[in-house]
Amino acid sequence: MESHSHEFVQRAGAALHNPTLQSALARAKDGFVLKRFNAVSALAEFDALRDRAVEIKNHTLEHLDHYLERYEAAVQRNGGQVHWAADAEEARNIVRDICREARARSVIKGKSMVGEEVGVNEALEADGLEVVETDLGEYIIQLAEEPPSHIIAPAIHKTREEISELFHRFHAKYGYKKKLTEVSDLVNEARQVLRQKYLSADVGITGANFLVAENGCNIIVTNEGNGDLTSTLPRVQIVTAGIEKVVPNMEDTTTLLRLLGRSATGQDITSYTSLFSGPRRPADPDGPEAYHVVLIDNGRSAMLGDEFREMLRCIRCGACINHCPVYGAIGGHAYGWVYPGPMGSVLTPLTLGLREAKDLPNACTLNGRCQEVCPVRIPLPDLLRNLRHRQFQARLGTARTRWGLAAWGWLVRRPAAYRLVTRVQARMLAAFGGRRGYLTRVPLAGNWMAGGRVLPAPQGETFMSAWKRRGGRGHE
Amino acid sequence: MTTSESRRGPRVGLLVTCLVDVYRPDVGFAAVRLLEQAGCTVVVPTRQTCCGQPAHNSGDNITAAELARAVITAFEPYDYLVAPSGSCVGSVHKYPDLFPHSAEWQSRARHLADRSFELFRFLTDVLGAGDSVQARFPGRVTYHDSCSGLRQLGVKAQPRELLRRVEGLELVEMEDAEVCCGFGGTFCVKYPEISGRMVADKAKAAEATGADALLGGDLGCLLNMAGRLKAAGSAVRVYHTAEVLAGMADGPGIGDAEAD
Repeated sequence: MESHSHEFVQRAGAALHNPTLQSALARAKDGFVLKRFNAVSALAEFDALRDRAVEIKNHTLEHLDHYLERYEAAVQRNGGQVHWAADAEEARNIVRDICREARARSVIKGKSMVGEEVGVNEALEADGLEVVETDLGEYIIQLAEEPPSHIIAPAIHKTREEISELFHRFHAKYGYKKKLTEVSDLVNEARQVLRQKYLSADVGITGANFLVAENGCNIIVTNEGNGDLTSTLPRVQIVTAGIEKVVPNMEDTTTLLRLLGRSATGQDITSYTSLFSGPRRPADPDGPEAYHVVLIDNGRSAMLGDEFREMLRCIRCGACINHCPVYGAIGGHAYGWVYPGPMGSVLTPLTLGLREAKDLPNACTLNGRCQEVCPVRIPLPDLLRNLRHRQFQARLGTARTRWGLAAWGWLVRRPAAYRLVTRVQARMLAAFGGRRGYLTRVPLAGNWMAGGRVLPAPQGETFMSAWKRRGGRGHE
Repeated sequence: MTTSESRRGPRVGLLVTCLVDVYRPDVGFAAVRLLEQAGCTVVVPTRQTCCGQPAHNSGDNITAAELARAVITAFEPYDYLVAPSGSCVGSVHKYPDLFPHSAEWQSRARHLADRSFELFRFLTDVLGAGDSVQARFPGRVTYHDSCSGLRQLGVKAQPRELLRRVEGLELVEMEDAEVCCGFGGTFCVKYPEISGRMVADKAKAAEATGADALLGGDLGCLLNMAGRLKAAGSAVRVYHTAEVLAGMADGPGIGDAEAD
């Protein structure tokens, strides 16, 4: 998927002025927050599970090469094939070559964020294949020719009216002429259209929530069952997964599964938890003839070796996104790439470069709500702060910010000069505020006013000056 | 602690915070009054300027470390560092991260962090001084939980507990009291429109409670919220909780006109 992260400010501005998007966001955010809260409150051992999950992920990342090799060997034992992709281009080429070799014409896909990350759809469509997303949300945004705006609810920004309009426009060619308005009718119509796609597809591509090293299983969780159909009906199955998805064994996987559903949608467990272990065996009644796993690095091994390693614990539950007040204000498209919100603001600059995504680590108030809800305790605010440090070292801030910071830095390191400047500043601003109590125009603070607020005026005398005048301790 | 020391009470170094210093000195004096009522001796180290949070959050770790060294040196002589701000104390708690290559400074930073407290938490959890609050504030108030205090320091029950002792005060909770107001230090000037949306939601939630006043424990958030409330012509007054607890909330609220 093409990045628009450098357009963050313009896109965020547009999002704030889009009333349809705003109403969709307002409806969505409270639902996820409340559902997670209820699910987590009902499970006394939730925090203990989180601690265990952190141990599991840290241990696995510490020995990632070992577990990946074990996983590969197990997949091969099961009759499947593992491919290694160092970057997005390699991943696209591998998937395209598998499809070419299978002489495929049509492809169905379960939801795969890493698929979006490396641009699988675009590559296959350029090769003349028909690619159809089967996750309802993904299907909707595919029709709308939009990228996902959320990692677990990709069409969360769409209203029912918009979806009704889209289906009316695109389903007419399949004989569905009536414009539907009820959610259940819309879902049924999509199901019927997709059924034909499942039956005619040559290749099915899904992502993976977990790759189990001990038995070579690929585990996906869905609420629609589309992952099962995508994996079992076509002749060829392809799994695309980041290398950090590997988990040592089934027991560890269940720990992570218990956290995933609750953190993501507030469900104890999702409707479908499906395990795939390879191609059809001679006695099997169904299943694919060929089974391929594409293990994608695309910047992950670099993260393994630096201060961002903890980000690789992410299990893509979206809790940080659902709880991020900035995401809640602007939605996912403003972030300009596959992963929005706090987790995206860490991943995007690390994958695409600090320059492309330079706004993302900064467009965060460091309020810490994301870290509070993260099931694997990723210190997202600290990671964002680390990215800001890297940006500062690379001098990526605007000249105005850098000079402002430098001037401020000079002053705060000189208490005597600082006292003088703040005394004058407090007096001047108080005078500007006059008897009204606030200022509506302040030199150098114009941006503050752009937020639709006034600036409360200072009281006039600084604390330090008043304290000294009153003979308070510390000045003796 | 010897008997004579306990009689004199702990010596508290007050970290005034740069916003309190410039915008709302009353908050500093309210903090002093509350600490003295609780039996502390309050000292205001003169070499303090800012805790360094703006630098740290902007990636300028060198300036942040230099300011951290200044704060550590200035406050080391006292039993405690206390500030009327969860955000600034949260920043002091992060000081050890700023000295990855100096064991000495890391240990001095950790030692100070261990003795650094947000004002309300200090009054309740450390001093157990809830009883020393003697104030009157007739009216209905609502409380905004500032993010740093809430999530880094666990400040949530303490200010509410203290407010319950204020005569005439009725506390009503607002929706999303724990959601960021959009201040976020430099965030509000770098992304004013996003910040503006966040604070507009906050102002609406505060208004919806029918409260006469909105309180909080961090002046940054309070300036932001008052700025929005006043721009929207709201009658909701805004005070730092310390002002109310110290009985110093009879003057104009933050951003309010002077009384005639």
